[in-house]
Amino acid sequence: MEQIIFYILVSGILIFSVLTVTSRRILRAAVFLLFMLLCSAGLFFMLDFYFLAAVQLTVYAGGIIVLIIFSIMLTSQVNEKLEAAGVKKSSFSLIAAAAGAVVCIYSILNYSFPAVSNGETDSSMKNIGMQLLSYKDNGYVLPFEVISILLLASMVGAIIIAKRDSAK
Amino acid sequence: MIEGIQLEFFLVLGTLVFFIGIYGFLTRKNLITMLMSAELILNAVNINFVAFNKYLYPENLEGQFFALFIIAIAATEVAVAVSIIISLYRKIKSIDVEKVNELKY
Amino acid sequence: MENFGYIVIVPFILLISFILIGLAGGRFKPSLSGIAGTFSVFVTTVISYITAFSYFSGAGLVNGVYQKIIPYNTEWLRFTDKLVINMGILLDPISVMMLVVISTVSLMVHIYSLGYMKGDSGYSRYFSFLSLFTFSMIGLVISTNIFETYIFWELVGVSSYLLIGHYYQKPSAVAASKKAFVVTRFADLGFLIGILILSNITGTFDYSILTDPNGPAIAQGSTIAFMGLSVMTWALILVFMGCAGKSAMFPLHIWLPDAMEGPTPVSALIHAATMVVAGVYLVARLFPLYALSAPAALHFIGYVGAFTSLFAAIIACTQTDIKRVLAFSTISQIGLMMLALGVSDYGGEKGLGYMSSMFHLFNHAMFKALLFLCAGSVIHAVHSNEMNGMGGLRKFMPVTHITFLVACLAIAGIPPFSGFFSKDEILVAAFEKDFVLFIVSMIIAGLTAFYMFRLYFSIFWNKNNEYKDSPHESPSSMAVPLMFLAFASLITGFIPFSKLVTADGAGFETHIHWGIAVPAVVIALAGILTAMALYKKESGLPQRITASLGSLYRLIYKKFYIDEIYLFITKKIIFNGISAPVAWFDRKVVDNTMNGIAAVTNFISVKIKSFQSGQLQQYAYVMVSGMIIIILFALYLWNK
Repeated sequence: MEQIIFYILVSGILIFSVLTVTSRRILRAAVFLLFMLLCSAGLFFMLDFYFLAAVQLTVYAGGIIVLIIFSIMLTSQVNEKLEAAGVKKSSFSLIAAAAGAVVCIYSILNYSFPAVSNGETDSSMKNIGMQLLSYKDNGYVLPFEVISILLLASMVGAIIIAKRDSAK
Repeated sequence: MIEGIQLEFFLVLGTLVFFIGIYGFLTRKNLITMLMSAELILNAVNINFVAFNKYLYPENLEGQFFALFIIAIAATEVAVAVSIIISLYRKIKSIDVEKVNELKY
Repeated sequence: MENFGYIVIVPFILLISFILIGLAGGRFKPSLSGIAGTFSVFVTTVISYITAFSYFSGAGLVNGVYQKIIPYNTEWLRFTDKLVINMGILLDPISVMMLVVISTVSLMVHIYSLGYMKGDSGYSRYFSFLSLFTFSMIGLVISTNIFETYIFWELVGVSSYLLIGHYYQKPSAVAASKKAFVVTRFADLGFLIGILILSNITGTFDYSILTDPNGPAIAQGSTIAFMGLSVMTWALILVFMGCAGKSAMFPLHIWLPDAMEGPTPVSALIHAATMVVAGVYLVARLFPLYALSAPAALHFIGYVGAFTSLFAAIIACTQTDIKRVLAFSTISQIGLMMLALGVSDYGGEKGLGYMSSMFHLFNHAMFKALLFLCAGSVIHAVHSNEMNGMGGLRKFMPVTHITFLVACLAIAGIPPFSGFFSKDEILVAAFEKDFVLFIVSMIIAGLTAFYMFRLYFSIFWNKNNEYKDSPHESPSSMAVPLMFLAFASLITGFIPFSKLVTADGAGFETHIHWGIAVPAVVIALAGILTAMALYKKESGLPQRITASLGSLYRLIYKKFYIDEIYLFITKKIIFNGISAPVAWFDRKVVDNTMNGIAAVTNFISVKIKSFQSGQLQQYAYVMVSGMIIIILFALYLWNK
């Protein structure tokens, strides 16, 4: 049962990814991206990472996709079909991407990963929160604060950039 | 951990999504769709991190944390990118990446 | 002993005046800058007179010897513990005397210029440069060490350059200023080397050590020999080269006649009274060194002075441009001063030559400035420099006429005018030391009288020219300085110089040697009478004489072709032999190499600039493929 669900999710991820990058209608592409993100959230659920899956759903699927859709609304004619990429361009890109994928998969399959240890993961939200704000070993308070500053900076930057030029 | 599923399976999945994202990034002309491709790339990395955490070091939480941070960074990236796209659209009335060639020689 | 600290004001007020007029002069009425410059020089003059009075009336006198007083001295550059350059003020008889000379002549020239330069477009500029010149000239004479002198020496050269080129729209003025600058700079190269050798031998720049007759500098000097002469002699001859450049000694005299392109008051101040005697002053300043440790150099100076003097006097007889006559007369008189230094010894009555040289310098400054200012007044009235176009001016310009006559009598050495006294002392000094030089100076005395009165008669007597607009006497701002200087020329001869300014500071008595004075005056009178016979009335006689002299006259008129020789050497030999090949190498090899590099760079950049297409996806594509290649390479290395 688990495996079936897993394969469904995996095939969902792959199909929706491909559709995202090939769809000729921009709004559809965004929706396919949303489905792909939902599928990967499901994958995280299956791996018992509930908190991460929840974040994926809220931030990615909820926040980012909405943002993207907003920008689409602001800048494009939704009904227009996107221009298809030229044959030369798409074939070269395909070759590059395929070559990269082949190289990576080849090296992944040839690498012998260390034996799996069978420790239990305590990925409860409480534990994550404690560790995120801990300054002891395995504590992540510094990156946490750095990320918060980054968020603030990007917020200010986004406002400044998108603001209408007052000089004009 | 899922019965009967190897770590390599996840990694191959991540790689495939990653290169699908690269392909999209290279072929799409619309800046917003390029942005979506970038999201695909980031998500592929997330999958890899999570799989590594689960399969190789289940007693630690590092992979999850990295995934969390990547999500946060993706959010900021999208926010800034969208504002850039909007102000660009105001200037040149287009979001076609081939028309944005101010950095030419 | 009185403290002379207030003398510090003098250079600073002039410097401030220069900066203020130079920076702000254009904003105000031009006459304001003239008044400001004149005022600062007036203050300078007052202070100089006070200083001179209190110095000579006893403040500088200790046991009958005038002391060197250093009211102010500060360390400026420290090279090693021993070699230090100071900036300071030195007062001794000659520097105090020079202070008086410079400030007096400068004040007269300033007042004169108020009228003379009226309406000139560069009025403010002119006065600011005059301030700069006066500042640097005073700095030169009150320096405490030879390096400070060198700095002001160059500043004087620069201000001379600027003032000669005052009419910078005139190509001849530009050429003259360049010529003056280049020639004196060339001479200053020798001066600088001389300073370096001197300080290397003695380990000091300080005059008070260098010229101390019992000091270490003079004792050390003659020990090392180089090519038959002591190193000290070489150093002093090199220093004299700088002096020769500034004082227009042969063969570096060529710039001075051309320098007359500047405004006439400038010629009076710089090229007659003050700057050109800087060379004489410097030799006098280092006189103990010359006299005690390098008599050969002094001898050399005496002969150079005599030759230059004779040479310039002969040329002066043939020139027709009145300012050029005066220029050659200046060269001749400075040569006479050098001659007087050359026949002098150190100490007591043997220092007669030194004293007479300084005396003549003092008198010459007054009457030569007067001559130039008179000439300026004439030029102002007639609008021409050419003697042939003048004549009969005595009716139109009585003040100029009388003052010019006074100056001519003074320079010719007729008693009781000042030139008589100093020239008499020079003749006595030469007679006692070197008979050849005595004869030469006698000839010069006769020639001087002749050419000066030739000038006088041609301008003020001779034919009565018809002038387009009748000439008129100059305004009072120009006439007053003339009268003042004429008065000075009358009385300065009676100053008891031998008591005040001597080589070792101790005064001595002099009296007129009638045995020498009478023949000298007779020769001068003979010169005057000859000039009178030839030029008082309009006659064809001078033309006939010049015609009979033929090519000799032409040779002299062309100044012995010295300028042409210089031109030949620089243009034909240096330009063609050295500069042209160097220029060819520079143009063909150096430039082409540079151009080739630029062309190759340009070619490559054109080829590769299309990589920078501005297409984001192209960049991304290159990046991805590059990454893949790097990964493949890493894998290859990993698996090997």
